[in-house]
Amino acid sequence: MSQEINTIPALNKISQWFDAVVEKDGKAFSGLQKERTLALAEFKRLGFPHKKLEKWRNTDLKTVLSFDYTMVSEDLQMQDALDEVFECDINDLDAFVVNLYKGRFVYNESPIYTLKDGVIVGSLSAAFDKYPELITKHFGKYAKTENNAFNALNTALFLDGLFVYVPKNIISEKPIQLINAVGTINDVFVQNRNLIILEENSQLKIIQCDDSYNYKRSLTNSVTEIVLGANASLDHYRLQNINNNSSLINSLAVEQARDSRLNTNSFILNGGLIRNETYTKFNGEGANADIRGVYLADKNQHIDNQVYVDHAVPNCTSNELFKGILDDYAHAVFKGHILVRKDAQKTLAFQNNANIILTDKAMINTKPFLEIYADDVKCSHGATVGQLDESAMFYIRQRGISEDNARMLLMYAFAAEVTQEIEIDSLRDRIQDMIKKRLRGELSICDQCVLQCSTPEEYNFEIDMSKI
Amino acid sequence: MLLQIKNLHVSINGKEILKGVNLEVNKGEVHAIMGPNGTGKSTLAAVVAGKEGYEITQGEILFNGKDISEMPPEVRAQEGIFLGFQYPVEIPGVSMTNFMRTALNEIRRYHGEEPIAAKEFLARMAEKKALVEINSKLTNRSVNEGFSGGEKKKNEIFQMAMLEPKLAILDETDSGLDIDALRIVANGVNKLKTSENATIVITHYQRLLDYIVPDFVHVLFEGEVVLSGGKELALELEEKGYDWIKKEIEKP
Repeated sequence: MSQEINTIPALNKISQWFDAVVEKDGKAFSGLQKERTLALAEFKRLGFPHKKLEKWRNTDLKTVLSFDYTMVSEDLQMQDALDEVFECDINDLDAFVVNLYKGRFVYNESPIYTLKDGVIVGSLSAAFDKYPELITKHFGKYAKTENNAFNALNTALFLDGLFVYVPKNIISEKPIQLINAVGTINDVFVQNRNLIILEENSQLKIIQCDDSYNYKRSLTNSVTEIVLGANASLDHYRLQNINNNSSLINSLAVEQARDSRLNTNSFILNGGLIRNETYTKFNGEGANADIRGVYLADKNQHIDNQVYVDHAVPNCTSNELFKGILDDYAHAVFKGHILVRKDAQKTLAFQNNANIILTDKAMINTKPFLEIYADDVKCSHGATVGQLDESAMFYIRQRGISEDNARMLLMYAFAAEVTQEIEIDSLRDRIQDMIKKRLRGELSICDQCVLQCSTPEEYNFEIDMSKI
Repeated sequence: MLLQIKNLHVSINGKEILKGVNLEVNKGEVHAIMGPNGTGKSTLAAVVAGKEGYEITQGEILFNGKDISEMPPEVRAQEGIFLGFQYPVEIPGVSMTNFMRTALNEIRRYHGEEPIAAKEFLARMAEKKALVEINSKLTNRSVNEGFSGGEKKKNEIFQMAMLEPKLAILDETDSGLDIDALRIVANGVNKLKTSENATIVITHYQRLLDYIVPDFVHVLFEGEVVLSGGKELALELEEKGYDWIKKEIEKP
């Protein structure tokens, strides 16, 4: 740790950032002072993760942490934010769109809304004020800080994020789309914190987009806590398309009551360094988790997927499927840890990680990891690393399709096993299209963005305030 | 002349499989290549279609007078060569529709034509589906995925109908087919026959030739065409078996 202080500029600034955050938002998070102070102490004890830690042995943050990051703690000028914030152009996606900008929730009139069906959507800091009891019941209970430095740092320093509350028996039809953008300043370090609560028998679809809309360097540490009540159902999609200078640590911590259903999918299309952590714990019997992902990486990109499923009770099912295509010098990491506790009989847990490696310089470290203490369970894991199927290549080319297009078709088909499961039609079409473009090398980081940064002056756009 | 194979020698991993094959196919003709297992029939089909992993040590393959032996498989396909696979490959995630449209458009582009209009494409799909009596639902699925053996073979003929090749090589298309599927497949081939195209049917049994009547029958044995004749040769083979060929060759 003493060595790190010299080499990680951010480390020297953390106390200063903390003071600014506590001072600025002391009012908004009055109930949180103690937790923040504790989390800061945890972080100071842990330090930034390094390769000697088992969970980080294949992901090196040295370069990412070598930059002199800034954290923006002053108040956000809402009008500036609104001017810069962009809308996603996922076609026909009838979603309730909310934006995070530099770690702040962007709003026009009110930071928090109650939709017609009773669903509450808005800024987490506003929710702390408005629904303190609801928040304190759940906040910080699922994203642990004692062994996770980024969770600790996030808890200590976050300014805002998304809050969603779905009341009992409510089926929220319209997906909520959260778009996170880090803004236009250089070397910004953003801490987003989201809390999503689904009460008994409720349903929600949520799309979480992390985007860049320029080539400025940034580091985002996003932590999302989700609690699923009995028989609640959540479809969750992470869509990540950030520039090659930027890094993203995106953690999801879920707690599932009996008969709840989690369906979470991550689509990593581009990014300098992206690490997705997905943690779910079954607290009640009959719960199910489908955890899937597609990652596409080239150049020197680094992608890391960490999944941890805690089968704490009997009769739960988990299914993991991650598929990656790696080109050039790209490096990917997959670790799927399934813990089946002593009493978790009749557990079904399946795990599969498949990779296509297009060059001999690209690399994957894949580690399925089963830790089983119950004796009446069905668990399996598998990992494959390979090239494109030659017999399929010949078959396709024999019909007159060029080698490049044949390759494209097969890679697209490889990803389709995951993408075809997307439950929102317009999102599925859009992601499949983006994957096609990505494989052809035509995807821009601005692809979802109406504000094309290369020619910003050509675009005049208005945000429909009624949507925010 | 559409296809001319001259003194073709082919090796796989240094082992010679074809040992000087000669074959000439003209437009409007149907040829059958027969012979026992492991004699080089499928190798011949694969080499003409351009599959990798085969070394041509001698001889040449001319298609429409052009030497195609160094062309990649897709260019041979674009030139008009179609291979009906003995074991069609399943490609999960690629829809039949998308597959056929991509193939058709690449072939059209090769010939300097515009991509096919959506309406025209759909009409063509419908027409050709009827021709091979293929279930409409199959073409909405991924290529060959979960198809039965018979469906896969019908699907090969459907693709042939869609792409309208100048030369179709059907490699053991009859294997694994029941009599109804065999009739449908053969009907498809017969309906697609014109004075401008040609078909090579590779088969182990005479049975298929009851439905697709060849103009010429060739017997491939141990890497060489040892006997050629009219359709009556197939019947003679059926009657006397391949041992008869062996004896014929071994005669001094």
